This record gives sequence, structure tokens and C-alpha cells, in this order.
Amino acid sequence: MRHLTSIRELDRDAALAILDLADELAQVNAREVKKLPTLRGKTVVNLFYENSTRTRVSFEIAATRLSADVINISSEVSSVAKGESLKDTAQTLEALGAAAIVVRHPNSGAAKQLAEMGWVQSSIINAGDGSHEHPTQALLDAMTIRQLFSTTDLAGLSVVIVGDLSHSRVARSNILLLNKLGAEVLIAGPAELVPEEMTAMGAKRFEDLDEALASRPDVVMMLRVQKERMASEFASEREYAKNWQLDSRRLNALPESSRIMHPGPMNRGLEISAEAADDPRSAILRQVTNGVSVRMAVLHTLLAADS
Amino acid sequence: MTSRTVFSSEDIYKALKRISHEVLEALEPGEELLLLGIPTRGVELAQRLLRSIQEIRPATKAELGVLDVTLYRDDVVSATRSIATTTLPPRGLDNYVVVLVDDVLYSGRTIRAALDAIVDNGRPKKVKLAVLVDRGHRELPIRADFVGKNLPTAANERVNVCLLGSDGSDQVVIES
Repeated sequence: MRHLTSIRELDRDAALAILDLADELAQVNAREVKKLPTLRGKTVVNLFYENSTRTRVSFEIAATRLSADVINISSEVSSVAKGESLKDTAQTLEALGAAAIVVRHPNSGAAKQLAEMGWVQSSIINAGDGSHEHPTQALLDAMTIRQLFSTTDLAGLSVVIVGDLSHSRVARSNILLLNKLGAEVLIAGPAELVPEEMTAMGAKRFEDLDEALASRPDVVMMLRVQKERMASEFASEREYAKNWQLDSRRLNALPESSRIMHPGPMNRGLEISAEAADDPRSAILRQVTNGVSVRMAVLHTLLAADS
Repeated sequence: MTSRTVFSSEDIYKALKRISHEVLEALEPGEELLLLGIPTRGVELAQRLLRSIQEIRPATKAELGVLDVTLYRDDVVSATRSIATTTLPPRGLDNYVVVLVDDVLYSGRTIRAALDAIVDNGRPKKVKLAVLVDRGHRELPIRADFVGKNLPTAANERVNVCLLGSDGSDQVVIES
């Protein structure tokens, strides 16, 4: 395996192997010396064409813990701002010695294009491309669910994904991976923001959040509302919150054994109430912690073998 | 391909017994022993050494651990090689007399990796090395403190250690 641009590139065994490796690597994060020498001498470039704090920092910490050198490039402060193409930027980075390029890009398919056009030999890792995919997010979510329910795969568990599904790369990657690992995937969101393709991908659709929650899902995954889309594409914040927020009433109705997840960053008071975010059933910070282990596992899988 | 058995189950039993005595002899009063097995075969050998040490001297303070060194290796790691769980005592490695246990000592690179892994996990009082077979061809200045058998080999030969727990029988075979 050289690239990771989509969950579709992983079969069930490959996904489980990454999750197993991530569990082992999590041990390192509990040690005093949080460092392994395995990627010493290799350079990982974070190439971010969109703002991101947690994903970029998470990849940076992951690469550093494996002793790789890390370079961060964001589009505003690089030649990208002068109009350099993705191809030229990537080739330049490779010429500078990048073994892996972690790319976040507003265009769906950008990472796949980099991996498949033969422009570069570096490993390409998709850190979010438009509204297409965000594979390491889905992997860290799966790792978290495995921990929460002490399971190997996710057979027998139900996960409801709530919110703006059509613009969500997190939702797309999660539907694919959760399905692969045997979970039942339910989706709920405003009618105009739930694309047809998702039911074809194996998700069961609910038109109403209360109805979805009444099925007593094991995991409730709230998606972030992209406020910049609010004005043009959907109704007011108040109406969204009324219909789709995990508020205190819905929180109280949620089974004690259910767990709450959110890929972050959260809009408290919009898709999730502060009470739900801080509830003991919330696994949101654990997701962040697991993000480092999963990205270590992905970097190791792609880079350690081909020295 | 020819193969010959160079070590029978009887030989392995005796070697482990002898190593147990040697480990106990080297242990000074008040020292705490930690047998650290390197996966895969080293783990079972460490378990068997511990059992035999406790048979010889039941009052010995000794613990068992597992140290995976895959991520510390300087040679190519296969992507499909799974990484075993490292298990160390809750209080870490500090002040233990650590005896690293592996099946075959060859280039010395595994042990080099193990020493680095140990340093990252704590500061033992001493580190010693026990191996069932020393087949020579060292590439680094590393030697074992306790050796079951010195086995002169050619570089193109393969030394296979089979153990009851992992392979169903105890024997050491050379394939060439």
C-alpha cells in the first residue's frame, strides 16, 4: 500500500490491521519518551489548502513521534498563493525530499489525482478533499468505537450520523468504513442535505432525528454545520438547532449505554449543545487522542516498508 | 534443501535449566529480575526460563515482560508484519536486572534495537542477554551473557527454532 486517498482502497483486513497497529502505537503515547525511531530520516509534508488545526497538528505529532521530519505548508503563505498548480507544488516538494505528502484540498478528488497521475513518487495521504473523503477521520472514529465497546470489528453496533451529510467528507468515509466493519449505519439530516447516493452506499435514512434516536443507536455521530453554507443552503440556525441539535431533551432520552461523537470543531449550541458535548457519554476528546495513534499507524504502514 | 536437527527437546530442556542456574548465580542479593522476551519465540523462552528459575529457587523475585522491537529496527520492516504488544511491569523498567531473551543471536541487530527500546522505556540497573542459540556472524559488537548452544553456521543456512507452544515440538533445525 503506497497511498491512502479513500477508504475504498482498504479491504476489511487492511482496515483492521491499521486499527490493531494504532492500538499498539497508542502505548507509546502513554510513555515518558513518546518517540519511536521508525521513520527517522524521512520527511513528511503537510500540504494544507484549507484551514485546519486538529488534523494538521495531529498529523504533525504523529509524524514527529515516529521521528520523521515534518514540514507544514499552508496555501496562504506559500507559492500556492502565487498561483502554483497542485502538480507543480507536489513535484517541488518531492524534489525537496518528501517521502509523504499529507494533503488537504477544497476540491473533491485532489488527493486521488495526486496519487494516480504519476506526478510524484511520494506517498499521498488524504487529509480531507472537498466533500469527498477524510479517511483518517473514519479510521480514528472506528478505533474509538472499538475501544468504547471493546470489540474487534463493529458487527452488531449501530451508528447514526446526523447533520449536513451532503457536504461531509467525514460522513462519506465513515459510511464506507463502518459498513466494511459490519456496523449498521443510520443517517439523519435536513432533506436537502441528504444525498441519494448515501442510501446506495449502505446507510439507512431517517427523516427525523427523534425517530433515529428512538432506535437506540450505540453511537450518535454529530456532524459540524458549515456556517458559511448556512445563509445560502439551509434555514436559520434556530430552525436547524430545533430539528437537528443534540440538545438536552434528546440527550436525556438517549440510552445510558450510547456514546456521543463529533469530528470537531464543534459549534456548541448549533449542532450539539454544550451539555451534550461535556456529557460523560461524550467520546469527543478520546477521538482527538486516537487521531494521533491512527495517523501514526497510517504513516508507518505507508512509509516504513519501502525504505 | 537439506535439514538436520542439531538440538533435541532434551537438549533444549537442559539448556534452559543451565541458563536458569547461570541467571540466578549472576543475580546479586536484593536485585529484582525481569525476563524480557522478544517476540515471537523469545516470549515463550522467557516464560519457560521464569518457570524453571522459580522451580530452582521459589523465593526469587522475578517478573515477565514482552518487548517488541519492530519499530526500532534499522533494516526493512515488512508492512504486513504485525507488531506485538509490549508489556512491561507497571512501575516500568527502572532498577530491574533485565534479561533479554531471544531464540537466535545472529547479526546482533535485533538486540541493538532492543537496547534502544529499553532506553526509551526506562533505566534498568543492568541489562543482560540470554539466547538459546548463538549462530555467529555478528555485525555489531554485541555478545550474549547466557547461551544455550554455540552453533557454527554458514551465512546461507537457516536456523529454525521450534518450541512446544508456538510450533508443537521442541527442536532446533538447520536448513541449507
